[in-house]
Amino acid sequence: MSALVVKNLSKAYGGVQAVDDVSFSVAAGELLAMIGPNGAGKTTCFNMLNGQLAPDTGSVEFEGRRLTGLAPRAIWRLGVGRTFQITATFASMTVRENVQMALLSHRRRLGALFPVAAHQYRDEADALLGRVGMRDQAERACAVLAYGNLKRVELAVALANTPRLLLMDEPTAGMAPGERNELMQLAADLARSSNIAVLFTEHDMDVVFTHADRIIVLAQGRLIAQGTPADVRADPRVREVYLGSLHA
Amino acid sequence: MSSSAIAIQFLNGLASASSLFLVAAGLSLIFGVTRIVNFAHGSLYMLGAYMAYSLVEYFGRTPLGFWGGVMIAGLAAGLIGAVLEIVLLRRLYQAPELLQLLATFALVLVIKDFALWVWGPEDLLGPRAPGFDQAVAIAGRAFPEFDLLLIAIGPVVLGLLWLLLTRTRWGTLVRAATEDREMAGALGVNQAWLFTGVFALGSLLAGIGGAINIPREPATLGMDLSIISDVFVVVVVGGMGSIPGAFLAALLISVIKAFCIGIGEVHAFGIDFSFSKLTLVVEFIVMAIVLVIRPWGLLGRPSAVARGPGTVEDPLRAPPRPLLAFGAAMLAILVLMPLLSDAYTLVLLGDILVFALFSVSLHFIIGPAGMHSFGHAAYFGLGAYGAALALKHLMPMEAALFAGPLAAALGALLFGWFCVRLSGVYLAMLTLAFAQITWSIVFQWDTFTGGSNGLVDVWPAAWLGSKTAYYYLTLALATAGILLLWRMLYAPFGYALRAGRDSPLRADAIGIDVRRTQWAGFVLAGLFAGLAGAVYAFSKGSISPEVVAIPRSVDGLVMVLLGGIQTLTGPVAGAAVFTWLQDTIARNTDFWRATLGMIILVLVLAFPRGVTGMLRRRFMREPA
Amino acid sequence: MKLTQRIVAGAVIALAAGSAHAQVKVGELNSYKTFPAFLEPYKKGWQLALDEINASGGLLGQKVEVISREDGGTPGDAVRVAEELLAREKVNLIMGTFASNVGLAVSNLAAQRKVLFIAAEPLTDKIVWENGNRYTFRVRPSTYMQTAMLIPDAVKLKKQRWAIVYPNYEYGQSATRWFKELMAKAQPGVQFVGEQAPALGKIDAGAVAQALADAKPDAIFSSLFGADLQKFVREGNLRGLFKNTVVFNLLAGEPEYLDPLKEETPDGWYVTGYPWNEINTPAHKKFREAYQKKWKDYPRLGSIVGYSTMQTVANTIRKAKSAETEKMIEALRGMEMDTPIGPIVWRAVDHQSTMGAYVGRLARKGDKGVMVDWKFAPGDQYLPSFEQIKGWRKE
Repeated sequence: MSALVVKNLSKAYGGVQAVDDVSFSVAAGELLAMIGPNGAGKTTCFNMLNGQLAPDTGSVEFEGRRLTGLAPRAIWRLGVGRTFQITATFASMTVRENVQMALLSHRRRLGALFPVAAHQYRDEADALLGRVGMRDQAERACAVLAYGNLKRVELAVALANTPRLLLMDEPTAGMAPGERNELMQLAADLARSSNIAVLFTEHDMDVVFTHADRIIVLAQGRLIAQGTPADVRADPRVREVYLGSLHA
Repeated sequence: MSSSAIAIQFLNGLASASSLFLVAAGLSLIFGVTRIVNFAHGSLYMLGAYMAYSLVEYFGRTPLGFWGGVMIAGLAAGLIGAVLEIVLLRRLYQAPELLQLLATFALVLVIKDFALWVWGPEDLLGPRAPGFDQAVAIAGRAFPEFDLLLIAIGPVVLGLLWLLLTRTRWGTLVRAATEDREMAGALGVNQAWLFTGVFALGSLLAGIGGAINIPREPATLGMDLSIISDVFVVVVVGGMGSIPGAFLAALLISVIKAFCIGIGEVHAFGIDFSFSKLTLVVEFIVMAIVLVIRPWGLLGRPSAVARGPGTVEDPLRAPPRPLLAFGAAMLAILVLMPLLSDAYTLVLLGDILVFALFSVSLHFIIGPAGMHSFGHAAYFGLGAYGAALALKHLMPMEAALFAGPLAAALGALLFGWFCVRLSGVYLAMLTLAFAQITWSIVFQWDTFTGGSNGLVDVWPAAWLGSKTAYYYLTLALATAGILLLWRMLYAPFGYALRAGRDSPLRADAIGIDVRRTQWAGFVLAGLFAGLAGAVYAFSKGSISPEVVAIPRSVDGLVMVLLGGIQTLTGPVAGAAVFTWLQDTIARNTDFWRATLGMIILVLVLAFPRGVTGMLRRRFMREPA
Repeated sequence: MKLTQRIVAGAVIALAAGSAHAQVKVGELNSYKTFPAFLEPYKKGWQLALDEINASGGLLGQKVEVISREDGGTPGDAVRVAEELLAREKVNLIMGTFASNVGLAVSNLAAQRKVLFIAAEPLTDKIVWENGNRYTFRVRPSTYMQTAMLIPDAVKLKKQRWAIVYPNYEYGQSATRWFKELMAKAQPGVQFVGEQAPALGKIDAGAVAQALADAKPDAIFSSLFGADLQKFVREGNLRGLFKNTVVFNLLAGEPEYLDPLKEETPDGWYVTGYPWNEINTPAHKKFREAYQKKWKDYPRLGSIVGYSTMQTVANTIRKAKSAETEKMIEALRGMEMDTPIGPIVWRAVDHQSTMGAYVGRLARKGDKGVMVDWKFAPGDQYLPSFEQIKGWRKE
């Protein structure tokens, strides 16, 4: 069964059709990569999935529930985790506290006025950090972390509400090539072991073709191809769009 | 009003708008590029007026003497602005947010006493402008030639600024920096000199704005603060950084004011309503309406944040043992104080405790919650008036003491709902607008609040009447309030506030309703500010509208910033240092304002992270 | 042991304060930085009086000490400063204050702490009437008195339509209220055709002058002062507002407010004020000469108020032969004394001094404004009846 079903999604800015009638789906446990050249509409499309942007037409459904029209925080409550293209963490908190915040929010404990936040769900937070390899940096301030490590923290935060769908907007942007594969491998392992559906955008084709189960390709707002990495690699339209930059 | 009266009042509004526009355009430019909330802008306006007065008297009342004096006064103000930027503000761009505001506040104090020292206390009314010293007949009425000239000057300056900003490389850089600071950096701009240049130009406009007004408005020592709130309103209504917006807003506000005066008193439905009295607050009402409808002003764009954090706050750690021990020792000393000191020390400590609670409650929303409130006095005042009125009409003092905070919390509930929809300077100015509206109601409502005189005979119950008893009450309530607020910051709720400040995007993405959290924070801060106000009212036995007025809000900001916005204990230290300094200096020196200003400047330059920030760094050796 | 020392020391001080030969300490507080134009002359006034008192042997056999403080210009700060004077400096009485709200706050504190307070400058009627108390006395002629002093001339002119302009706070509001009440009584049928209440210090003078002209009044009653008055005069002159409209303006003849008008001084306005260089009574001449000798400056009205306040303190203590609160109050109630502008009585009924003021008309002399056709209006003739006052005072 598909976890995420996107049907006929469209969005225009002024006269420009940023996303044009895009439909696809992601199954539980599957890693779907969304690729396309700059300006293809990937980010717009992403932001319509996570509630930051309202589509002009079309629908987004998660496990049979309509997401369109919901605020990001409501979508998260349904079990959708996400990471950002430019990392968004709480800079004045430690790594562990960032994860604790997600755990507290998940348990709806953020209104509490008197318990000490830093004592809540400590072990759970450490366990999540262990899964992304950040356990030993739990006490450090997010403000001083290296970029690659922030991406890991984001992943840990995204996993805190035991999501069944993970949306990752360029999860490896800004990382060193070695780190990229490591992080995606981690995400892939987690997804498969917990049966999480993963949708990610990515510029690094190496990462895409190594880790994605399936790929969809956007160009000028339209979905021009989808299929297994092998199918997509062979697709002449994709080659045309990427003007040979797609090194096989 | 007859149609000719309407026409003349319209012209009156246009004439008043010109000088307002000049000053506001300068402030808008400075804010747009440097993101500094420059309180000292009004002081440069005042200096412009004083200098122009002296120069015109010196050169003689000829056209050349007059216009030469005005231009030289403007240039001198520009030069002073440049010097202030180079010597002072440039050292503070990397400091935590809003600290520059503290420095400009200190400048206000210093410049005011400087003007008193140079020009003396008397108001100085300038001569009529030579060549424009008569009136012409318009619509059957005499209308001053000089006002016609002013009406023309506004658009001319707007046009010149437009040319400067769109047709010169320098102007392009200014616009780039206003819209996107990184982009300006990428253009290879020497940022330091760009900032200096903008400061000089902004100050020049302020100086000319003051100088050109001397035929209409005497140079007085109060004109700095009287103009600064007006120009902030104009800049915000127009949209921070937008020069045409400032022009439009100056026109709008001046014309509305002129019409309020023109309409005068209205009798309708058996009620007398004085539009003339409405001039007290009309610009703040306009601002509140504009901001609620257009959160970035008439012609502004989103993203005008007050200077972003130059340094990110450190994570909140559990207080270390030495600090806890120090706190416990301080508390013990405070408890023993009635045995150790004279009665006045208790009075002063009582004030310090009240202001400590007030500034901790302000820090609660401007620090961790990141909402820069410029109108926190509203809740202090609602607490004070709530308690006093409850005592007078409803209940014994012991109960009234808690009715005050509730009134403040209700006010915060109402105002906060609107405020949390904005951010940055717009939020700050909306809080100020609500505070001013509250102030004007308190000020006007004679039969209920006692009007400008306020309420007297607001004394504590007999068993709390002695200084020692009331001191213990103050100590208990202030300590409890401060500890509760701090505890909340360690609690999940406090973390949620900081989450909303650090990254609204991430907060939303993990299920936090940022606005609701901020709203709740606003109400809590209002509640405790109200408690401070109620305790204050009974300690003085009387209250008047000054407890709601702008200086009270500014004092709160100064205390928080002086102590260090990035530490929890900072606001307490700031309140203690500021209140004690004010008390001591005012007693021992004549030019106490300048002395206080100089001390603040020294503290700001020496400890940009505030007094406690400095202590923490020195003694805890925290990693940078 | 330290504690015992303190208690003993405290007891000694208390005993000393009770004895007749202790030094008299006067606590003085005022908003020197908020209203410097009025208060610097005021300060020079009381300092002159203090010098004279000490030169003639002081009080109770010792030199008098005045401990003067800036009161911060707000009631809250002023109350703290007053507490400091009482608790730390142990002053025998306090004097001073300028703004009405500060005066009322300190007066209320004085009643609470049972200390004598001589309010120097505040004009508010409430300080001796609605909010009057046993411990508070006020020197300067009040808003009511000064308004009443202008009424006879206003009635004489038989003007029908009056427009009013006042600064929007207690002083302006009371002046307006009294003017309307007293005029309505003295000249039945009088009409009030327009009212402008600009915020203090923020008058939009062009628009206000225009709006007043549009009301087509025969006369204008104004209680503007300071920068507001200067702006109003300039715009009114330019726009011809005063050509055919006579103006009555409280306080505008006081040098503090008249002098800055210079060549803009409007002709023929009826004002209350202080023509310092034309008052040649022996008492005033002596005062003026001493003042000018000491300060190389001419006296303003504030100087008179400051001087008289200090003299009141001296006369009270001389008469009471003590600096104890209750004895001073008893001495002061009904006390008669001289001031540079004539004898006054401290009324027992409301603790108001009967200090008068000068009523006259403005004129331009060269590039200066002066008062002409002036006469002295004795304060006791411009006060409401005892019955009325007793109704207001809640004693």
